[in-house]
Amino acid sequence: MAFGTTSSQHKSKKRSQSAAFFIFRLLSFSVVAILIVILGFILIQGISVISWDFLTEMPREGMTAGGIYPAIIGTLCLVAGSMIFAFPIGILSGIYINEYAKDSWFKRFIKLMTNNLAGVPSIVFGLFGMTLFVNQFGFGDSILAGSLTLGLLALPVVIRTTEEALKSIDDSFRIGSLALGATKWQTTSRVVLPMAFPNIITGLILSIGRVSGETAPILFTVAAYFLPKLPNSIFDQVMALPYHLYVISTSGTNIEASRAMAYGTAFVLIMIVLLANLLANWLRRYFGKKVKMN
Amino acid sequence: MNSVETKDVHLYYGDFHALKGITMAMKKNQVTAFIGPSGCGKSTYLRCFNRMNDLIDGVRIEGDILIDGVDIYKTNIQVDDLRKHVGMVFQKPNPFPKSIFENVAYGLRVNGTKDKKFIEERVERSLHQAALWDEVKDKLKKSAFELSGGQQQRLCIARALAIEPSVLLMDEPTSALDPLSTAKTEELIHQLKENYTIVIVTHNMQQAGRVSDHTAFFYLGELVEYAKTKTLFTNPKDQRTQNYITGRFG
Repeated sequence: MAFGTTSSQHKSKKRSQSAAFFIFRLLSFSVVAILIVILGFILIQGISVISWDFLTEMPREGMTAGGIYPAIIGTLCLVAGSMIFAFPIGILSGIYINEYAKDSWFKRFIKLMTNNLAGVPSIVFGLFGMTLFVNQFGFGDSILAGSLTLGLLALPVVIRTTEEALKSIDDSFRIGSLALGATKWQTTSRVVLPMAFPNIITGLILSIGRVSGETAPILFTVAAYFLPKLPNSIFDQVMALPYHLYVISTSGTNIEASRAMAYGTAFVLIMIVLLANLLANWLRRYFGKKVKMN
Repeated sequence: MNSVETKDVHLYYGDFHALKGITMAMKKNQVTAFIGPSGCGKSTYLRCFNRMNDLIDGVRIEGDILIDGVDIYKTNIQVDDLRKHVGMVFQKPNPFPKSIFENVAYGLRVNGTKDKKFIEERVERSLHQAALWDEVKDKLKKSAFELSGGQQQRLCIARALAIEPSVLLMDEPTSALDPLSTAKTEELIHQLKENYTIVIVTHNMQQAGRVSDHTAFFYLGELVEYAKTKTLFTNPKDQRTQNYITGRFG
């Protein structure tokens, strides 16, 4: 048989290949489709209430009218607060684990505990935060207590991301730097970290997405049912988007009347997470280019 | 005068006895080549000279290693100072993801040099010494990753030269390069020995013959034979050396 002719065996090979590809394509498309359906559903249900006023006004009339301004601000405060705790501790831990810790039972123990921390249900974080920060430390229901609790939740994600980003840097760069008389810290800070930076940043922003959508950890530590004013200090309570969504969908004063507002709130929350992801993507590419140039 | 001198050096990776009592001396401003089959210990031995083996867990070293008369495993030796004194070029070119200029300046910067003018002069001189200047002088700010493999390796040589080591270790520096780049690098080694003591590990016996003054043959962690390169290749004393250089094993 010469090349270029099609045998029956060849045909059946081709057929099973296209069948397999068809199934793969279908399945991956269905993932996208699910996301589009969710987004579309929420958008259609909630678009009627989305307006500038909705984003910038206090809720009125038992949360059946007005806007969600304090909840947006509250969520932004909590995200910022939790990141202030989680980023430095998480990044430094990740650096320690990957660059400094010798392979010993202690390092394996830290890694095991980090993984376990990531698997703890978020409601448990909420209870822990209430016991420790709200009651024991006496912070009360406050931005501080909520941020610390959310920070703990984000910590394993930040550590793991940092660790993975550092692990992906080839050892030849470290060895090359050390061989030039650089110290371990110079090597880490001048060669390894700049290279890992784009991936670390991506992980950080993804953890922001996670934190901004969590309800359980803020339930007992900071979130207010209804509080139509902005916080003055880190010891104040705030409203937050996910909890507000929960409240007006299940235990509001008039659930039917606030249905559209619930979808509007969900839409805003999803947009915040989506924007964070887009920003992560953009930053990774931006810094990825920059690292190569310098 | 001897630049590198070792006395009865033993090295263990855990239980594995990788170097078995190596005593030899490498002369100043000469090129010494280490040859031998894979796993014979030649690279391990080379990495003792700038204490790169320190980075591997479970390595134990016995015996004395003197660089320019100083015992480098003494407790008062600062490893980063030693590595300034003993430069190294690796098998695979490993430039940093920085500009060409910053790659060469890196060693100066981490060792505390701040003087901009001095750094500029030293970078230019090192690139000249590594025979790379003419090819990169117009794109010093460009990423080192834009260079070809051979150019990257010469950049790594320039990077090592910038901190003025007295000994330059080369661990199979041309094994990842094409023949033309290899020839260029070998020519460079010839020029560099005027100012530096060079120790080169190579898999390529022709290369050892072309670039080195002395050659040492390692086998199973032992130094089997060490002689003038010409003598070793034309008139080996040990049967194992004879077998290796005639291609009967390895």
